[in-house]
Amino acid sequence: MLKNSTSEYGWIGITLHWGMAVVIIGLFALGLYMTSLDYYDPWYQKGPNLHRSIGVLLLTVLVFRLVWRIANPRPEPLGDDPPVLHKAAELVHRLLYLFLFAIAFSGYLISTADGRAVEVFDWFSVPALLPGVENLEDYAGEVHLVLAITLMVLVGVHAAGALKHHFIDKDRTLLRMLGINK
Amino acid sequence: MKRTLMTMAAAALLVLTAPVFADDYKIDTGHTFIQFKISHLGYSYVIGRFNDFEGTFTYDEKDPSKSRVEASIVTGSIDSSHAERDKHLRGSKFLSVGKYPGARFVSTVFEDQSNGKALLKGDLTLHGVTKPITLDVTHVGAGKDPWGGYRRGFEGTTRLSLKDFGIKGPGPTSQELEVLVVVEGIRT
Repeated sequence: MLKNSTSEYGWIGITLHWGMAVVIIGLFALGLYMTSLDYYDPWYQKGPNLHRSIGVLLLTVLVFRLVWRIANPRPEPLGDDPPVLHKAAELVHRLLYLFLFAIAFSGYLISTADGRAVEVFDWFSVPALLPGVENLEDYAGEVHLVLAITLMVLVGVHAAGALKHHFIDKDRTLLRMLGINK
Repeated sequence: MKRTLMTMAAAALLVLTAPVFADDYKIDTGHTFIQFKISHLGYSYVIGRFNDFEGTFTYDEKDPSKSRVEASIVTGSIDSSHAERDKHLRGSKFLSVGKYPGARFVSTVFEDQSNGKALLKGDLTLHGVTKPITLDVTHVGAGKDPWGGYRRGFEGTTRLSLKDFGIKGPGPTSQELEVLVVVEGIRT
């Protein structure tokens, strides 16, 4: 089953969810690591190149995921939580999407602030859109960091919700996202 | 008596209208350049500049030793032709522009060497540290411009050590930088 039903996630949705989770947390860690490096560190150039390239690819996958989400039925929430909690969970989902887009865009602005394109591996490059804004790289950099930290807090809230369903409510919310049937 | 008064009045007039040789100039930021050149790994150089600054100078043709210069630079305007590098240079590892937004140079001594060359000594405040520095100055020229103003220009060079200003620098080969300033002033 590739597509979602109203009760289960399809394999495409599941793969997108966990694959992106790993990549997003990895990019966050890489971002913190690479900005802490000394100029002479072997990763000083490799780190940012990797971060930029994976970031651009992640953005394209994010767009596909959003399309997939719209084109698929949404599995109904499980458990007997009050509607306000369902709304809160849904709000967190939407914020996760919104923050991912904003982080990708602000990161793109850092690298393209002087009109340079973003190189994605040795594969293709994304041209600059808004060069010529003075000190854009500084503002975009601060926004990128603050949004990324906030995203990680949201990820924590999202994961805590899943763990609550699994261990306290003892329902299939987490198992269903893992594609486990029983 | 009348004659004395006339003489005094004439003398006073003469004093008041006597040409003032110590002219004041405002730095023309469109024709002034503050550039630096620093080694990259020992294999090549990075050249950059500061884009935002202002200043004034006084130059006395009759007695150049009375010349004075004052300039302030917005450190955040550093521009090495690469936004991501500029971001690093402004950051806490290098210029810390959030903490030290301004650099300042105030001259103390202008030693004219009478061949169009001079030594300009003064205090440079950078990264919160004030140190005396000396620039080798060449007087480039002066005269009327085509738009009704009067201009005077100088070129100055010096070497600075990052360590003197409490900046660690990116690496062992990149501890000293050459500074080249080209300054053009419009008489005020």
